[in-house]
Amino acid sequence: MYRLDSWAWLLLETANMAALATLMGAGAAVLLAFPAARNLGAGRILCPAARRLLEAMRTVPEIVFALILVWAFGVGPLAGILAIALHTAGACGKLFAEAIENTGLGAWAGVRSAGGTWMQACRFAILPQVAPNLLSYALLRFEINLRSASVIGFVGAGGIGEELYKVIAFNYYEEISAILLLVILAVCAIDLLSERLRHRVIGAMA
Amino acid sequence: MSAAPMSAADVAAWRARMPGAFGRDGRARALRLLGWAAFLLWLGWALWHFGFTPERLWNGLSGLATILRLMVPPSPGELWVDILQGLAESVAMAFLGTFIAALIAVPLGFLGAGNVVTNTLFRFSLRRVFDGFRGIDQLIWALAFVRAVGLGPLAGVLAIATADVAVLAKLNAEAIENAERRQVEGVTAAGGGFLARLRFGVLPQVLPVMLAQALYFFESNTRSAAILGVVGAGGIGLQISERIRVRHWDEVAFIILLMVATVAAIDWLSARLRRRMIGG
Repeated sequence: MYRLDSWAWLLLETANMAALATLMGAGAAVLLAFPAARNLGAGRILCPAARRLLEAMRTVPEIVFALILVWAFGVGPLAGILAIALHTAGACGKLFAEAIENTGLGAWAGVRSAGGTWMQACRFAILPQVAPNLLSYALLRFEINLRSASVIGFVGAGGIGEELYKVIAFNYYEEISAILLLVILAVCAIDLLSERLRHRVIGAMA
Repeated sequence: MSAAPMSAADVAAWRARMPGAFGRDGRARALRLLGWAAFLLWLGWALWHFGFTPERLWNGLSGLATILRLMVPPSPGELWVDILQGLAESVAMAFLGTFIAALIAVPLGFLGAGNVVTNTLFRFSLRRVFDGFRGIDQLIWALAFVRAVGLGPLAGVLAIATADVAVLAKLNAEAIENAERRQVEGVTAAGGGFLARLRFGVLPQVLPVMLAQALYFFESNTRSAAILGVVGAGGIGLQISERIRVRHWDEVAFIILLMVATVAAIDWLSARLRRRMIGG
């Protein structure tokens, strides 16, 4: 009676959605965080523009993004991934920019005075300093995104949420609790795993 | 003086003595390559599995561009009274839900604190129950309550309260465990009983912390109350999902702007209140 195999597959798909969305969102966040950081002097127009863009992506909830993207990209995980990625880019971008603002500018000055361009200085002077920090934020975000990915299916954006919506709508009480239990277990397992990874990343930094 | 150039034999000798100085050895390099290959394989599979084809992306992006074009200029539409009502309902839901959760979380916090309840087994199981509640997202609670009490803001209030009780109780328990023992001992020395110890020894110390936490939760709940309506639990979320369903994109844009402005206003207000309570 329990469709454990299909739920396990859906759960795996949900985790993959969260991972892909985190990867895409964090990637966009890294690109936007350098112009958004106040200490790198990206320019009078570029810096505020990047900051406003991050703010907009951060303040609109994922579900609202998902509702709109489901119209544009059709029902399915694609819309959900893009919605979570958009919100992630905004949330991570702010944290990344703050991490960049807190780095020492010695290496930056070195690269610039050796004739490096702005991009090269970002890549070779700032990125190596902040990389462990960014990685640890991204992992934390992955935990949060797994939770979001498990409910974003409510609006038709893929993952285990769609199945959950269905069984709640049909009042299959036992299946509701079974799926909820699976989701909680998966979230806990990923939390533990990611916490250990994060401690290793932070340990490597120190 | 300049050093004599090293002969090939010297280089080989040094390479044997300190392999690390000549770059990674074969094994580390192979492992690294393997890791990247696995990552790229996963990425490719995931992109393929979730249908990230250029054609679909292009179609989606052009659809999105149409939607964005229709969003400008944002307009309140004819039913702007409903929108404002929904917004007020969302804020009210967040307030009431947080209020109920904060009230229930006070006694639960005392029950979960190690320096109040000394029965380890009871405390351990209570904490695990808190953890379990926290693992379920607010939207799931909202969906469940919509089935239980029907469409409308009541389901939203109950969802917010249930999802937050566990987290607030855990934070309260931690605050109580960190309270100083001296006041409690003073009350005991003056002849106070168990309840008097809690009321006059512990509560005055932890009350500001609890209040600040409740305010912080109110802030984050105004964000979540705005979307609970998507599953039918009342508030502005209902308005936005209805307008998306009938594709009134200019009104959708208006609601999003309104939501962002409200959340910003409440953040600002609550930050000021909190600073006053803790920092004062």
